[in-house]
Amino acid sequence: MLELFGTEVNLAPIWLTLEVATMTTLILLVVGTPLAWWMAQMRSSNKVLLEALVALPLVLPPTVLGFYLLIVFNPTGPVTEFLRWFGFEGQLTFSKTGLVIGSVFYSLPFAVQPLMHAFEAIPHRLLDAAATLRASFLDRFRTIVLPLSRRGILIAATLTFAHTVGEFGVVLMVGGNIPGETRMVSIDIFDHVESMEYTQAHLLSGMMLVFSLAVLMLVYGMNRRFGVKVG
Amino acid sequence: MKQSIQMQGNLQLELGHFKLDTGPFDFPLQGITVLFGRSGSGKSTLLRAIAGLDKRTNGALQVGGAVWQVGKSHVKTASRDIGFVFQDAALFPHMTVRENLLYGLKRLPKSVTPMDFDSLVDKVGIRDKLDRAVTYLSGGERQRVAIARALLMRPKLLCMDEPLSALDWQAKAEMLTLLENLIADYGIPVLYITHVPAEVERLADRVVFMSKGRIESVESLQEALNRVDSPLFDEQGAVSVIQAKMLSPEHGLTPVQLGQDTLWLSGPALSDKSAVRVRVLAKDVSLALSDPQALSIINHLEVTIVELIPQGSHRLLVRLRLRDGQNLFCEVTQHSADRLALKPGLVVFALIKSVAVTN
Repeated sequence: MLELFGTEVNLAPIWLTLEVATMTTLILLVVGTPLAWWMAQMRSSNKVLLEALVALPLVLPPTVLGFYLLIVFNPTGPVTEFLRWFGFEGQLTFSKTGLVIGSVFYSLPFAVQPLMHAFEAIPHRLLDAAATLRASFLDRFRTIVLPLSRRGILIAATLTFAHTVGEFGVVLMVGGNIPGETRMVSIDIFDHVESMEYTQAHLLSGMMLVFSLAVLMLVYGMNRRFGVKVG
Repeated sequence: MKQSIQMQGNLQLELGHFKLDTGPFDFPLQGITVLFGRSGSGKSTLLRAIAGLDKRTNGALQVGGAVWQVGKSHVKTASRDIGFVFQDAALFPHMTVRENLLYGLKRLPKSVTPMDFDSLVDKVGIRDKLDRAVTYLSGGERQRVAIARALLMRPKLLCMDEPLSALDWQAKAEMLTLLENLIADYGIPVLYITHVPAEVERLADRVVFMSKGRIESVESLQEALNRVDSPLFDEQGAVSVIQAKMLSPEHGLTPVQLGQDTLWLSGPALSDKSAVRVRVLAKDVSLALSDPQALSIINHLEVTIVELIPQGSHRLLVRLRLRDGQNLFCEVTQHSADRLALKPGLVVFALIKSVAVTN
């Protein structure tokens, strides 16, 4: 609890939101990078299907995605059973793990699309040149692809983070609204408004506004300073 | 000094509508071997297949006794000991010139001794550019860096894909001289792609003719130029390239010696080498039955007619043999040939209007 302007504000939803957004961003950078690379290299017509699948969360109502995830995350369903094999305890629905997995799906296009475009913009000859200079694939990826995609990676991370912070529908469907466990800040604000607690809603919204602006400015500032000097 | 390795194989690579299917080939790589053909003939595809840059390559390839490709399985590019210079240099834009040069060196196995960094950097003339970002280099400078980057690795084979095509004529001329010097100094075999006959005449020791994804023939430069229907002849018609020795300039002209004959080139010497190739267009050569003294054309050579080849539309191509045995083409009309009663074995005088050192 934090007292601000004489009003008590529960910070738990904010911390939870930041935690989920950070984890989602990290997971998506790790998972999204090979996926985006694979898609960027694809020449076959399967690419269209894959691109459409990745972009699906952009057009699908979040509640639809949330609904399907809820079905799949069923505590006695195959996905949960499968995870139990690896020592997973508890359940996916109405838990933080579920929130993160749901967010990963929901924010997938925001990570994969900028990464894919960054990878596609790298002239293939540079990788060929590196190969003739005895660099292995991972070596080329680390020394040529990643540095030349810095901007794309930065944009992917920022968009993913911001988008996860702002999500509502998926979070509500998958996570429910358990105070201290799955209540994220967007739902908290909604609750405050519902119960006419405009002061709390104001404070939380204001904090989110300042925070979001600060993060974006930091990122674009970094982008400007370390921007890659290409054409 | 020149190292020689044998290259043999038979490569296939299908790219959408284009199909590379070389057919069996077996030729030595020594000096400069040019891959020549029109655009779309598969030169670049073949070079990429040779370098192992396309995983879809199929077939067989053996270079200098080492097997690089059997069926679908292949040796990785990184282990092929090749240098590659791309059309647009392909320098890494996020690195300085020095970092570009060191990229390969850092990855070179201990068993390979790299070329001497300092002397190579001086030779290609990029010493003052070492700490610059590559984005600020001119086209010619980029290619110099690319060549140095490839050569530093001491490759067994240097592949060059139209390295001059993006350069203006002046940079091109400088690069040609640089290339000749580097190859003379280091003796590394080169596979060089071009579609410009003048570059072939200047650089090639051997020409691999390609058409529609196939290797049509592999010929020495002289064989290629002695053919009447040589693919090297463009809209200017037949060309003769004559090996000569450059002498010191006189009367503002540069004499070059071929056997007991001397040719006079206008202007000062363009090259500091003694052995040069001079280029003569067949349409710049006229014939006379006796040696005319009172004539502004100064290049008169005694030659023997070898054969007369009809070219259609009342024109003839005459193959002449110079006194030192080299080949010279001359283009005449049927009417002139009849009037002078030209026939094989006849000794005549070739009057050459214009001679140029190839560049």
